[in-house]
Amino acid sequence: MTVNPTAPTRPIRTRGIEAARARQAIWLLLPTLIAIALVAGYPLYRTIYFSLFEASLTTPDQRTFIGMGNFWFTTEDGVALGFLQDPKWWGAVKNTLLFTVVSVTLETIFGMIIALVVNSAFKGRGILRTAMLVPWAIPTVVSAQMWSYLYNDTFGLIGRGLLGGQALLANTDSAIWALIAVDVWKTTSFMALLILAGLQSLPSDMYEAADMDGASKWTQFWRLTLPLLRPALLVALVFRSLDALRVFDIMSVMLGNVNAAATSMTGYARQALIDNSLLGYGSAVSVAIFVIIMVIVVIYVTAFRVKFD
Amino acid sequence: MNLKTKNPALYYLQRAAFYLLVLVIAFYLLAPFFWAVLTSLRSPGDLFLQPAQFIAAETTFQNYTQVFANPNFQRGLLYSLVVAVGSVLISLLIGSFAAYALGRFRFKGKQIIMYVILAVSVFPQIAVLSGLYTLISALGLYNNPVGLILTYLIFTIPFTVWVLTSFVRDIPGELEEAALVDGASPLQTLFLVLFPVMMPALVTTGLLAFINAWNEYLFALTFTSTNRTVPVVIANYSGATQFDQPWGQIMAASIVVTIPLIILVLVFQRNIVSGLTAGAVKG
Repeated sequence: MTVNPTAPTRPIRTRGIEAARARQAIWLLLPTLIAIALVAGYPLYRTIYFSLFEASLTTPDQRTFIGMGNFWFTTEDGVALGFLQDPKWWGAVKNTLLFTVVSVTLETIFGMIIALVVNSAFKGRGILRTAMLVPWAIPTVVSAQMWSYLYNDTFGLIGRGLLGGQALLANTDSAIWALIAVDVWKTTSFMALLILAGLQSLPSDMYEAADMDGASKWTQFWRLTLPLLRPALLVALVFRSLDALRVFDIMSVMLGNVNAAATSMTGYARQALIDNSLLGYGSAVSVAIFVIIMVIVVIYVTAFRVKFD
Repeated sequence: MNLKTKNPALYYLQRAAFYLLVLVIAFYLLAPFFWAVLTSLRSPGDLFLQPAQFIAAETTFQNYTQVFANPNFQRGLLYSLVVAVGSVLISLLIGSFAAYALGRFRFKGKQIIMYVILAVSVFPQIAVLSGLYTLISALGLYNNPVGLILTYLIFTIPFTVWVLTSFVRDIPGELEEAALVDGASPLQTLFLVLFPVMMPALVTTGLLAFINAWNEYLFALTFTSTNRTVPVVIANYSGATQFDQPWGQIMAASIVVTIPLIILVLVFQRNIVSGLTAGAVKG
């Protein structure tokens, strides 16, 4: 290392320029911050506020303060009114968690297989890569309708053909597995895309070295590929599991809003809030969902030490 | 490679198994969509046929003519387009200001703002549903596309800011410094110097935000009653009676909504993958 004597010295930054830049940055950020405050901050505050009241959606101004009554309240006659005492809510929680864990696990496994296949050299690789984008590009509502038709017990390929006229979607216990299959089909390609991007950033000479050392493909996958993919995989997992936890549209389209309330937390909250006009009760459920998801986010962020730069 | 000479039988068996796997994957990815396309091209009377006869049945475009003649669907397409384009344009404009500040400026509180934007992007939509509902009602925007444009900002803005910030960071600093030396204001620098360089990023981000807005269901279902967007129209597409689901028309409507997206996605394949990964946080 030799020092280049003619290297330009770094420009001396004065406080004035720094301060001016900081002021300009605030102005540039202002529109975004105002928009976020208007459509996210304020509505969230209102939701938390209403969760402490008994109020109707049609007349939000006539409200009574009941504290945590929406969450947990038993009348003198022993009638439970809080949503935490409602078995239907816990059913929705159980179904949503089952949905999330199973579908995200399957998506990750299938996505990994597809990404590994597309990442290897063969004829027709480009076609398969293009095919991979199709399920991802299809709107969720459309994919839900497509599968409703496939599951249909009179016309459907699966409902009539494979199952001989069983209505899979008729009861919530079998329906949740049918819904998982739909979600897996729709989002496996998203997983595969992210994993493939991770695979293509891995150095190829590493594999050449491993080949020279006589490591089998199997060993290479477990010892090299998987550990190096871990960051990309974790990010994909976080995004997908947060998406799956707030699932609503698949349930709403395939089961209708009434049964969606028994299978999705969001569906339960929306039914209380919109269909039954229970502004306070519905807001309380929404706050609970918000807390659940934020706790999971915080766990993820601290466990993986997410960095921005 | 040496397996081919050492044990040709095993080599060809492996190749065959691999191609079989490729076929299975392609079938899994495309078959449901193919079946939907086929159904949209068959007359309602043919839906009872066995699969083999169904494939061989006559092709007809009557489902498509009926769907396009449906006033709800026509309006839905228009509203979807207005809402998605509106929210994406607003997000790109103010999101690029924010991304420029976050990617190029140093100031106190930057980290906090990044955290806030990330937090909003993982907001469950239901958490703001009741607050937004009362806000929309108070503003008189219920059943109005403007109300949807406004509410969609909750997911289009954080996404745009996040992805564009990572793009802005990758732009070489010399460009901006040259503009600053020439005495350009930050807005001039952004519009005249950075925007031309950011074009691919803006297109990619806009496209991904557009897809999200075009597909959105929960807000569209909740904040409109008659002025529905296309996903809600398709979800509630019904026949003459409750038990008469016009599957052919539903599939035709679904294909009409999906084809533009698939074309966009195929045209911008490379950008999309880079956009998806640019938005990802480094673990």
